[in-house]
Amino acid sequence: MLLCHLDDVPDGGSRGFDPQATGRDTLFAVRRGPELHAYVNACPHHGTPMAWRKDAYLNAVADRIVCAAHGALFEIHTGLCTLGPCLGERLTPVALSVAADGSVHILTPQDTETSP
Amino acid sequence: MNIIGPDALVFGVDDLAACRQYLADYGLNDVGDGRFEALDGTAVIVRAKDDPLLPPAMGTASMLRETVYGVADAATLEAIAVELSKDRPVVRDGGVVRAQDDLGFALAFQVTVRRPLDMPAEAVNAPGAPVQRPANVVAVNQEAPALPRSLSHVVYFVPDSAKGEAFYVQRLGFVCTDRFTGVGPFLRPAGSHEHHCLFMIQTPPFMKGCEHFTFHLGGPTELMLAGTRFVEKGYESFWGPGRHKFGSNWFWYFNSPLGCHVEYDADMDQHDEHWAAREVPMSADASQLFLFQHREKWAPSGPPPGAGGPPKH
Repeated sequence: MLLCHLDDVPDGGSRGFDPQATGRDTLFAVRRGPELHAYVNACPHHGTPMAWRKDAYLNAVADRIVCAAHGALFEIHTGLCTLGPCLGERLTPVALSVAADGSVHILTPQDTETSP
Repeated sequence: MNIIGPDALVFGVDDLAACRQYLADYGLNDVGDGRFEALDGTAVIVRAKDDPLLPPAMGTASMLRETVYGVADAATLEAIAVELSKDRPVVRDGGVVRAQDDLGFALAFQVTVRRPLDMPAEAVNAPGAPVQRPANVVAVNQEAPALPRSLSHVVYFVPDSAKGEAFYVQRLGFVCTDRFTGVGPFLRPAGSHEHHCLFMIQTPPFMKGCEHFTFHLGGPTELMLAGTRFVEKGYESFWGPGRHKFGSNWFWYFNSPLGCHVEYDADMDQHDEHWAAREVPMSADASQLFLFQHREKWAPSGPPPGAGGPPKH
């Protein structure tokens, strides 16, 4: 499923997406240069949305994902909670593929099984 | 101890610019030096997390650094200083008395800065009841300010709610108005009839800190209006709007860059010495009378799309 173009996510920043058109962003992506890290928009603490404002998922220096419910911090690369109510738990990753032309697709479990 | 309620909450934050924008958009007045005031002068104060003027951080994700209580007069302030000096360091700084509670939360006490307000509450008409809103006074005003009037309460995550309750009741004269079994007490200070200005939630120690704070609005319509405007500015609704059972206050909670939720609140119960505290197990049903969720505005109107032409003969 086509999600976006790589350039739709600002480098060093984050963006929420609502691919199923539920009315709220159900996943978010963080871009570090050519890499995108995407997670389900649900804090392991209560399963609730994490941004404090549309697309705002990072701390001030943009080196951690932050949940704006209680300030929990997560590693961008691993989704591991390093401080906060869900200490030691992990965000649920969303597998993406970034094509040479910059198009970003959500990989379904089927895609993941058949990819090399 | 004639403690009236919270005068201010002080935060040491990660993203100061975000917090300033957030608090202004929430409806507080930026009066300078990181101080954002409600209409009565109660406030949230935000400073950079490494500001040396701040009390130390708690070592958790919480950004709350100090809870400032307003008291009735200098005699009360002195009584608090004497009481707390019995077993802990108390620092006097001008008209402010500082100490920690038994859980390690930094407290400050001062003669309250609250300014008296003279504003009407939301007026409601109903069959059988005296008219609250007379003829030709229209209820709905799209442009109504719906601004936070007064700092209502703060909620702590605490590692030992029984120990916390004992401190506030025995040392500072708070009263338990209601309780969720195994979670914690709703506490009312002696100088206020409001159902609670402090609620505690028992958690593991690594969660210690602030769960949320809230300011009172003028009624449920103001709460809905302020919350709707906040959503339309892009802020993330967390829980609400709805109405709590204990305290009867209307609520709408939002995520925030302050490391805690920030709530709009309206129409809280008042109690006095004749009230007997209730106690129930915590549950979704015990927590709220009802719960709604914001949706984008739409309106039903007339015939189906495309069928609105004049009748054909």
